[in-house]
Amino acid sequence: MSLKGFIDKNLSRWIQEQEGKTSEVVLSSRIRLARNLNDIPFPFLADSTDQSKVVELVRDAMEGQKDFSYLSRKNLSLEDRQALMEKHLISMQLVNDNKDSGLWLNKDESASIMVNEEDHIRIQVLLPGFELEEARKKADELDDALEQKLNYGFNEEKGYLTSCPTNVGTGLRASVMVHLPGLVLTKQINKVLTAVSQLGLAVRGIYGEGSEAAGNILQISNQITLGQREEEIIDNIKRVTKQIIDHEHNARKWLLNEKKIEIKDKVHRAYGVLSNAYTISSKEALELLSQVKLGIDLQLLDKESSQIFKELIVLIRPGYLQKLYGQKLSEKQRDIKRAEVIRERLRN
Amino acid sequence: MVCQECKKKQATVHFTKIINGEKIELKLCESCAEQRGDLDFDGQQPFSVHQLLAGLLDLEEMPNVKGQTTTSNAGICKNCGLTEMQFAKIGRLGCTQCYQTFGARLNPLLKRVQGRSSHNGKVPKRSGGDIKLKREIEKLRESLNRYVIEEKFEDAAVLRDKIKALESELTQGGGA
Repeated sequence: MSLKGFIDKNLSRWIQEQEGKTSEVVLSSRIRLARNLNDIPFPFLADSTDQSKVVELVRDAMEGQKDFSYLSRKNLSLEDRQALMEKHLISMQLVNDNKDSGLWLNKDESASIMVNEEDHIRIQVLLPGFELEEARKKADELDDALEQKLNYGFNEEKGYLTSCPTNVGTGLRASVMVHLPGLVLTKQINKVLTAVSQLGLAVRGIYGEGSEAAGNILQISNQITLGQREEEIIDNIKRVTKQIIDHEHNARKWLLNEKKIEIKDKVHRAYGVLSNAYTISSKEALELLSQVKLGIDLQLLDKESSQIFKELIVLIRPGYLQKLYGQKLSEKQRDIKRAEVIRERLRN
Repeated sequence: MVCQECKKKQATVHFTKIINGEKIELKLCESCAEQRGDLDFDGQQPFSVHQLLAGLLDLEEMPNVKGQTTTSNAGICKNCGLTEMQFAKIGRLGCTQCYQTFGARLNPLLKRVQGRSSHNGKVPKRSGGDIKLKREIEKLRESLNRYVIEEKFEDAAVLRDKIKALESELTQGGGA
């Protein structure tokens, strides 16, 4: 299959480019709802009978959701699972566990339901751009549809009951993935991060907890799930993100006015390396891709659309590369194939 | 490249840590990296949120000095079999019933982690029943108070009747 064919077939909706000023900074918006069934032990304690029961109950509840199909964990290869994780559709836990778990996924891969991950049910909606409300509306609809047939664990005081006390209450985790090269280059990023964490929000790297901020990409999400209403949680993240967007835009404006040549040089060098390298690590690739995206956003580089950035940050990950080439690849081989994919994608 | 710690062996482990927003990069040999304890060589999570929570639960035990901490199985969830000891060790609940069983232990932890301990958000449509009605009444009462302050007495009267109707629905056990 050609690279274009592979991309058209294998990328999720959130990777598509969005129009508008905020989408230069906000790459995607995600809503996750944690739900559990009454009386059945949570997945980490459940025996295989209980696990299968949950899978079956969710299957019954999903009847009529024509757009969705079920991917059972046991039918997926490690590379498939890794690629799903790289698209942010499943968690690390679902890649490695050996439970009777799986994933309901809709056609454009914007909505998914993980079964038997940390909680029995995790509903997720992932959209391109700054669309937290739209994502929440969709997640809410799915939640209501499931709740018609499933007995959720819920009580008046604690709300939705979850395996980990950090999710109890709304069970809601809202997050935005932001690209902040301007704040990094102007060395303001630490100030922003400190302020964000003081407001009860968490900042993480691109692949969640514990991952580093590769490619100047960060995820901002709520930490508190109990006591606040869903609208308040989302409003809080929206307000903070809007301010970060403004700061990022100001930083970019400053760079363009004061450091135009330096930035232009950086951007074109990054493009030069990416389009000519024969071996490249994922870290270096992400850093250079971030600079290329900045160049496109600032109209210092007119060779590409900024869409390539979102495609390539997924395509160059280990699971994806192995899926694209249909074989297991060592780290060294991956570095070579990664450079090949980038070269080809930049040529087209 | 030599290890940044012992400055003798070859550095084979490169890792990046972000502490309070500050990026630290280290290049270490395997034994120095292992000694730091930052890395995980068994494929297990080096430091998880659950361990952290379990640590917070231990703190709750501190006032009970001289081995008076809960060691009996007084608290055991009848539904999933999780004991209080296990709960204190792993920092996770075993099933939805555990929230009842370990309520007393859990509440201080929730206050610590979440700031508050009472749910204020969505209520499931089908099983939420009475709770939904109660929330609706609460909301209407708030609006009613606002109308009174704004001296919009006609609007307030409409709400008052609505609240009355919902309250009688509640006492009749409706709404489920």
